[in-house]
Amino acid sequence: MSNHQTTFLNGNEAIAYGAKLCRPEVIAAYPITPQTKAVEKLSQFVQDGELDTVYMHVESEHSALSACIGASAVGARTFTATSSQGLLYMLECLPYAAGARLPIVMMNANRAVATPWNIYGDQMDAFYALNSGWIQIFVESGQEALDMVIQSYKIAEDPRVMAPVMLNIDGFVMTHTYESVQLPNQDLVDGFLPSFNPVAHMMQDDQPMSMCISAGNHHNQEFKVRQHLDLEASMAVIESVGQEFADAFGRSYGGVLESYRAEDAEIILITLGSVTGTARCVVDQLRDSGKRVGLVKLRVIRPFPTAQLASAVKGARVVGVFEKDLSFGYEGSLYTNVNSALMQQGVFIKSINFVGGLGGRDVSQADLFEVFEKLENADATLAAGAVHYTQMRCEP
Amino acid sequence: MSQVKLNARNITTDEFFYGHKACGGCGESLALRLALKILGEDAYLSLPAGCMSAVSFIYPNMAFKNNAIITPFAATAAVATGIEAGLRAKYLSGKRDKAPLSVAFAGDGGTADIGIQALSGAIDRGEKFIYICTDNEAYMNTGIQKSGLTPFGAATTTTPSGKVIRGTLTEKKNMFEIVAAHGISYAATASMGYLEDFMNKVQKAKDAPGPAYIHVFAPCPTGWGHESDETIDVAKEVVDTGLWYLAEFENGQFKLNKSFEQFAPITPYLKRQSRFKHLLEEDVAAIEAARDLKWETLRTWK
Repeated sequence: MSNHQTTFLNGNEAIAYGAKLCRPEVIAAYPITPQTKAVEKLSQFVQDGELDTVYMHVESEHSALSACIGASAVGARTFTATSSQGLLYMLECLPYAAGARLPIVMMNANRAVATPWNIYGDQMDAFYALNSGWIQIFVESGQEALDMVIQSYKIAEDPRVMAPVMLNIDGFVMTHTYESVQLPNQDLVDGFLPSFNPVAHMMQDDQPMSMCISAGNHHNQEFKVRQHLDLEASMAVIESVGQEFADAFGRSYGGVLESYRAEDAEIILITLGSVTGTARCVVDQLRDSGKRVGLVKLRVIRPFPTAQLASAVKGARVVGVFEKDLSFGYEGSLYTNVNSALMQQGVFIKSINFVGGLGGRDVSQADLFEVFEKLENADATLAAGAVHYTQMRCEP
Repeated sequence: MSQVKLNARNITTDEFFYGHKACGGCGESLALRLALKILGEDAYLSLPAGCMSAVSFIYPNMAFKNNAIITPFAATAAVATGIEAGLRAKYLSGKRDKAPLSVAFAGDGGTADIGIQALSGAIDRGEKFIYICTDNEAYMNTGIQKSGLTPFGAATTTTPSGKVIRGTLTEKKNMFEIVAAHGISYAATASMGYLEDFMNKVQKAKDAPGPAYIHVFAPCPTGWGHESDETIDVAKEVVDTGLWYLAEFENGQFKLNKSFEQFAPITPYLKRQSRFKHLLEEDVAAIEAARDLKWETLRTWK
């Protein structure tokens, strides 16, 4: 591809290159493992004069997102990156930015949440922010990470959307793993993503605005419901931006979710993030041995692709939901979301929850073979509603 | 640099902050009103949760003529410097032809307690912005609770005058010198009792090459228990008694703007405010002794 350059990057670097290509005017970030290589790379671009941006070395994640709120409120394109404890420390600022309809893009390197302390990858951090009004995207590869940074700005800044985007990338498994990545030329990105300027509700010289206002009980609910409806409607924008990107860059990820060999499958595994790559290999091998299995990779969980998911799995006998997440005292949160979607769409098939990979425990092909085997025997051996754990070192 | 000293005759008659719902006699809202006359319409304002944001951003009635934003409580200085960064980026790229003017207004709790980390970070980064702390010595918006800037002896709703403990036991956190210790471009203390001094310090903050901080004493009749027409008198008296002081930090040097051969007596100042009415003679003596100790330092500032 003449408009691309082949590079060898880890996930952090892919995100940094993606952000650089989007020409952010302000970057405010605080270092946290495993996101550090992304902000180090961006800093290097700035110090080398390769990226013209105001880089703010803030003293905390709370200030990182708050500084982005200030910069975005005057119409500057902003970028930040965080992970785990950092995401939780800035959590107050997430609904703040979303309520103010600020198109901030943030990388979240998915990492376990203390305690016990653990710097490795799982996805529990992102789920704390599920209700914050941010679009939440999960990626499977370095290429997808880079491409989705570019798409994230296009989605966030669309006048119909005006919502911040959290781009989730699995800690270490992706942030620190090198892959061949096609790096698009700047001209190609510039053509796809024009520069951003303040829109009507933002602060500007000729029409001063008050932002992040108070709205009492006479008006508050209308703000909130409107925000919700717009976030729901962003689904169509996410899909059309994906199509537009495919036309311009020659790469497509299949919309808000990707069905892989699921069309005629009787057993479907639903995945999120990097585990999808492992699941693809397992599905291929099971297909080779004649099993009718498939997978559905969820790429976006806010807004939740309810109709798309139901349509993708409706022909199956049983679905499994594998997630690196657990809502203590209930079940995996992705499972809750999936079940609600299937129920409201009238798709009444058995669903089983598998939780694993917490605190960075490797999820191997063998683990997923076992998951598929359990799903195959679901009627006989597995009760719906119980959470099943992969690779436990002791009886739960 | 502005050469002409600002006073009541030469400041603009334009108003930038009106229609708000602050209490009668509110010292903070007066500080904002006057500061904005100096700062003008190009100032982008950041205010955290607190009285001033609570009375002025109530949809659909907005009281600021300027661009203004309520910030997360802990993040006033972070949002203000984010605004500065955004405007600077646009200025440098030619999208905007004015240099940024970003101004934060926060209360005593928003500054000395929950906002001190973000403030320290912002000053440390050296970004040019102005931070004005309107100090009314307690969390007034939530109903007069003790903050890190509540003075010794004062009764608040979380440090009431009890049967055993009489009001607040701690001294005011020394924000002015904490800020100065960062090597800030410009810092000053002020009081709503000395309005010209305050206005000219706002002008100096505006002209400073880097971050600037003004700590202005701003009485709250509702929280302090004095008449609403006594705000200016109380704010003057606190300076004349030596319980507050007017000073600047510039070019790495402290400067005392007003010194006294003899202080005004402190008892009338305390007696006119119901928050101090429970104090015993020994408490008043302790307040006086702390003042005298403080002034041993202040008198070394030229």
